[in-house]
Amino acid sequence: MAEDNILEFRNILKVFPGVVALKDITFSIKRGCVHVIMGENGAGKSTLMKIISGAHEPDGGELLLDGKKVSFKTPQEARENHIAMIYQELQYVPMFSVQEFLMMGREPECRVKGFIDWKSLRAQAQKILDLGSLHYDLDKKLGELSVSDIQLLEITRAISFDARIIIMDEPTSALTQSEVDRLFENIRKLKAQGITILYISHKMDEIFKIGDYITVMRDGTYIDTRKTEEYTMESLIRQMVGREISDVYPKEQIEIGKTVFEVKHYSTWYTGVHDINFHVREREILGIAGLMGAGRTELVSALFGLDRGEGTVIMDGREIKVKNVRGALKHGLMMATEDRRRMGIVGCRSILENISLPNLSRISYFGFLDKRKEQKAVSEMFQKLKIKAPNMNVAVSTLSGGNQQKVVLSKWLLSKPRVLILDDPTRGIDVSAKYEIYRLMMEMAKSGISIIMISSELPELIGMCDRVYTMYEGRFTGEISRQEFTQERIMEHMTGGENNESK
Amino acid sequence: MSQNKSSGKTVNWSAILNKYAIHIVLIVLFVVGTLASDNFLTLKNITNILRQVSVQCVLAFGMTLLIIGGMIDLSMGAVAALSGFVACGVYVSTNQLIPALLAAIIVSMMCGLVNGVTVTYFKLPPFIATMGMDLVARGIVYIYSGGNPIYQIGSFNKLSTGYLFGIVPFPTVVMLLIFLITLVLLRKTKIGRQIYAVGGNEEAARASGISVEKTKIKTYLISSCFVAIAGCLLMARLNSAMPDAANGYHADAVAAAVIGGTAFSGGIGTASGTLIGGLIVGILGNILDLVGVQSYIQQVIRGSIIIAAVAWDISSKNRKVRVAHR
Repeated sequence: MAEDNILEFRNILKVFPGVVALKDITFSIKRGCVHVIMGENGAGKSTLMKIISGAHEPDGGELLLDGKKVSFKTPQEARENHIAMIYQELQYVPMFSVQEFLMMGREPECRVKGFIDWKSLRAQAQKILDLGSLHYDLDKKLGELSVSDIQLLEITRAISFDARIIIMDEPTSALTQSEVDRLFENIRKLKAQGITILYISHKMDEIFKIGDYITVMRDGTYIDTRKTEEYTMESLIRQMVGREISDVYPKEQIEIGKTVFEVKHYSTWYTGVHDINFHVREREILGIAGLMGAGRTELVSALFGLDRGEGTVIMDGREIKVKNVRGALKHGLMMATEDRRRMGIVGCRSILENISLPNLSRISYFGFLDKRKEQKAVSEMFQKLKIKAPNMNVAVSTLSGGNQQKVVLSKWLLSKPRVLILDDPTRGIDVSAKYEIYRLMMEMAKSGISIIMISSELPELIGMCDRVYTMYEGRFTGEISRQEFTQERIMEHMTGGENNESK
Repeated sequence: MSQNKSSGKTVNWSAILNKYAIHIVLIVLFVVGTLASDNFLTLKNITNILRQVSVQCVLAFGMTLLIIGGMIDLSMGAVAALSGFVACGVYVSTNQLIPALLAAIIVSMMCGLVNGVTVTYFKLPPFIATMGMDLVARGIVYIYSGGNPIYQIGSFNKLSTGYLFGIVPFPTVVMLLIFLITLVLLRKTKIGRQIYAVGGNEEAARASGISVEKTKIKTYLISSCFVAIAGCLLMARLNSAMPDAANGYHADAVAAAVIGGTAFSGGIGTASGTLIGGLIVGILGNILDLVGVQSYIQQVIRGSIIIAAVAWDISSKNRKVRVAHR
């Protein structure tokens, strides 16, 4: 049995500054199988895959390939050992033709070095296509092909590099149903050729269709590996979400007021969110549960004016039109964005400047800043939120993730929001800082703010929210009140599980 | 916490060196100049230096605002020449200073507006947009002048030859005034904060409700006022309106800003840093003149200094995360 393992993990450890990303991972993968790795966002799936594909080096433990200890320092080394990775977001140059794409990185040279031998390149590219029995025009530009076509070419390219293990990181996230069927057919073909597939996903229906084995990970640790037949949807979800929710969440029952903010038949223009209806009430903490790519960030970005959408948006009983962020701020709608570093903070500037940024009009007269007023207002927030920093003049980029998030919250609290959207507010934050963020959320709710929290971590949604909407593939799939909360129920809705059963 | 303690006990020399590097360079240059030439530390030479650096410094303050905001302006030289030439033209026909200066500022602001609009609403990279403007503005001066300088500009040259209190050259007074405006703008105004935020992280600025487009256009407009003033000072100093004046002056402006600690990645920079940067560039040129270095060789040296300053900036950023100076 043992020699049938193509890949083996032994006590893999990976540490990022401040976070243990992977801890004591030990399991093995059988040759010629489709092996699914499952877990919530942040469970460590992608990190583990990056260790196999050479993008990360482990800080401890061993990786065994065909029973031999290996360690890849670069993706190039992994490729030389017949391991290929198909990334979630395909990277390609739209101007490249099919033949250029297939031969990228190994273009045959003419006798004059540095010049490409196009004739032999074309012949070799054709050979690769024939191998995968694909029929594409070699001169067609990638930009003219669909995502699924490019994915297929990418897989074919990987095989032509003599890959024996192919890692697919959520390969169906951008595919339509018929394209998914086509991908699965190809995966079965690959399996028949003896190629091992590592398949990362959290879509229930797919996993049960394609997987031979399932490994569950949670919080950077290994939970279990079983044959697919031995799992049911319920048992799998239970293993994925796992932990008990006890004193981690400082939730208090407070009286919830009238409806403050309401959205009717809202769709985004470009980002695939359709016909959203919801409302949030005063002092309520509302959750939106959905996996990454479900359209949750796209929805709130459009509501906040960062993106375009249409539908009816009502604040305090009156319809409002939000064309840009300033419009949203004017009506008291604010948002702490998901990607803190990209959209939340100006890293090279001080805490003080970051917090006063959306409040400049309030602290200035005829364009001149009232520095004393600024100092007073910001230091109040600085102390109230217990931001850990030597003083308010240090650059925000030097702070930890939790404290950066507090800076973001401070800047919005200073603007006195009516509705505050928190997009994955505890992402990349350690446990103790998480607790403080939850505590702040509770305080904000008490002070009369309506909070909309987006998350894919079920425990925190269940722990903090009064009501949860679930989202799957751009649509709301359910509304669950606090009394009816169970992890299994929410998970089922947000992975489209129920939809699938009803089909 | 522990980091605080350790840095409190031992003096962190490299941090001090980093922070005051340009001050030290300036002092060293002064000493070198004094040793190299007897003529360096004379009243006449010092006022001469101050008068010479004024034009470049005024441009450099505009460039500082732009670079902090994540932009650049390569059309500064040509627009300075255009607006300066227009000012002289108006002055010669009206013999009045105020309309002349206003004409210069209006012409320059029109160029600045075009730069700002192409960069924001047409999303051109500032490098390309202003490079095009450089050609356009230079072309217009040649058309307007027919390629001929105006040698008789009357008392317009008083702008350059005058003294305040009989000792401070008038261009230096103007330059210090622009320095103060830049200083206040960056430290004490809303638009200053917005420029820092837009340059530091455009997307975060937008998500904080700042209009990135308006901020950028305003920056170009403010900078173009400075450019007009520099153009007038320059023509006054040349004592004639030259259509081919100020060629390549944007390079000196960039050099002064970058040597003064303005980060090319945006979001970081100060007015006082640029003032010191401008003085360094000016004094270096003066010393090279005094010891008789050929002007072609000087150009090579100036170019090398720009490259070295940016390299220093980038490598020191890689070493550690920078703390914002205010």
